[in-house]
Amino acid sequence: MAEVVEAAVPEAPEAVFAPRSRLVEGVRAYGLIVSMWLRSTMAYRASFLMTAVGNFTATAFDFVTIMLMFAHVDALGGYALPEIALLYGASGTAFGLADLLMGSMDRLGRRVRDGTLDTLLVRPVPVLAQVAADRFALRRLGRITQGLLVLGYGLVAADIEWTLAKVVVLPLMLLSGSVIFGAVFVAGGAFQFIAQDASQVQNSFTYGGNTLLQYPPTIFAKDLVRGVTFVVPLAFVNWLPALYVLGRELPLGLPDPVAFLPPVVAAVCATGAGLVWRAGLRAYRSTGS
Amino acid sequence: MRVYAVAAAGGFRRYATYRIETAAGVFTNTVFGFILAYTYMALWDERPRLGGYDMPQALTFVWLGQALLMTCVMMGGGFEDELIERIRTGDIAVDLYRPVDLQLWWLAQDLGRAAFHLLGRGIVPMALGGLAFDLALPGSAGPWLAFLVSVALGVVVSFGIRYLVALSAFWLMDGAGAAQIAFLAGLFFSGMLLPLSLFPGLLGEVARLMPWSALLQVPADVFLGKHTGWGLVRVYVFQASWAAVLLLVGRMVQGVATRRVVVQGG
Repeated sequence: MAEVVEAAVPEAPEAVFAPRSRLVEGVRAYGLIVSMWLRSTMAYRASFLMTAVGNFTATAFDFVTIMLMFAHVDALGGYALPEIALLYGASGTAFGLADLLMGSMDRLGRRVRDGTLDTLLVRPVPVLAQVAADRFALRRLGRITQGLLVLGYGLVAADIEWTLAKVVVLPLMLLSGSVIFGAVFVAGGAFQFIAQDASQVQNSFTYGGNTLLQYPPTIFAKDLVRGVTFVVPLAFVNWLPALYVLGRELPLGLPDPVAFLPPVVAAVCATGAGLVWRAGLRAYRSTGS
Repeated sequence: MRVYAVAAAGGFRRYATYRIETAAGVFTNTVFGFILAYTYMALWDERPRLGGYDMPQALTFVWLGQALLMTCVMMGGGFEDELIERIRTGDIAVDLYRPVDLQLWWLAQDLGRAAFHLLGRGIVPMALGGLAFDLALPGSAGPWLAFLVSVALGVVVSFGIRYLVALSAFWLMDGAGAAQIAFLAGLFFSGMLLPLSLFPGLLGEVARLMPWSALLQVPADVFLGKHTGWGLVRVYVFQASWAAVLLLVGRMVQGVATRRVVVQGG
């Protein structure tokens, strides 16, 4: 009897295009959830404005710190203020974009603990899209604005010999950088399936990585620079492309063409993060509550 | 008095429950300690003895900041979120009926929490920092004890500030804005981003007089032996005065607030 019933069910047409349609479906679902949160945010415009300004100010404080440092010195690790502003702005903008799109990933651990993740699993929508779009916080535009302003200052004030290649590298750097940070967010989220209340470890790589990249690689120990180039490839977010734009020698004796690799590295990171996410989701065991 | 001891022990135990979170926090503090330490080294390479600190002292300042970040709550987060939530939902009405002093109850809990964070989140990053960098650690017991007293006073000042932040929810209903301003001020004026002696001119003078300097700048300077003898007494008086003023204002605000509590029911 069961066989008959099974045979009676027509094969779902989507199944044929499963991989592509799932991606499209995920992006669509992400968009829908985000627009829902946007509507709810915009219901309290004054509150949104205040939190966005707060977000801007909070992130501006670390650049104020760098400016206070430059009240005492002319160069840090051999880099002048405009050059550091370029590094800072590039990392801040890329991180801000990733934080806007994926920043809710660090709430995953809480969802695992209190059991609300189960609600997401039963919905016919990719879990990643639901988790990433959860409580979409438009106020994070404050961080992006701040990053862009400092980047703009750096680009204008630093002594750059512009070439076409450098003009091309800039947007590639920002987009690839945000994809790399986004991949770290997703991988960190996958780690929360197992660790549950260790969202801070994720913060070390995201916020910590952003702080690290705000300073030139010359001030850090070689092993640390090696680590963020070859292990967690954060150096591709801004160090390598930005130093090329500045006409500086790349760290670790890497050749100039490496500055054009960020899109490749970003693609590899995104694929890796996707695999890790899938493994994490499979390993998930509900708390049952 | 016993009830407050129980509250303090409860605060300690509560945070001690989250072992993975504590380990994750130690990891984070250590990572940030490393990043900051390298930036400080670049700065002090250019200007040795900047702000009156030599390189090992500057690096010690970095690691003390990481060690005290949670103890003195430089970045906010702690009992105040819970208190704000209780004010918002009206649960505060139940608390007011209880035969304990509201302020002392939360203070006792917060002291217990601070004690745990000093042990759980302070010692390991400091030790790891000490292994990786050349730090200026006091050789005798005296400065360590003087430092602990200063930290305790700093925790009370921090509590006083956060208690006022939480009480603001009686008027604002949503304490998020006040909490964010307090977080920014705490981060900037405690010395967490840069020692206050590096702040230029008037900004530096004002920053040193504000209550937030009691959270990190003063304890760190005590640790580094910058205040001894009468100087030590003077900074203790500075911290204790801010603690007393903030607790007193908190008590007054609490009185005004509770008189205008309207219990919504439900």
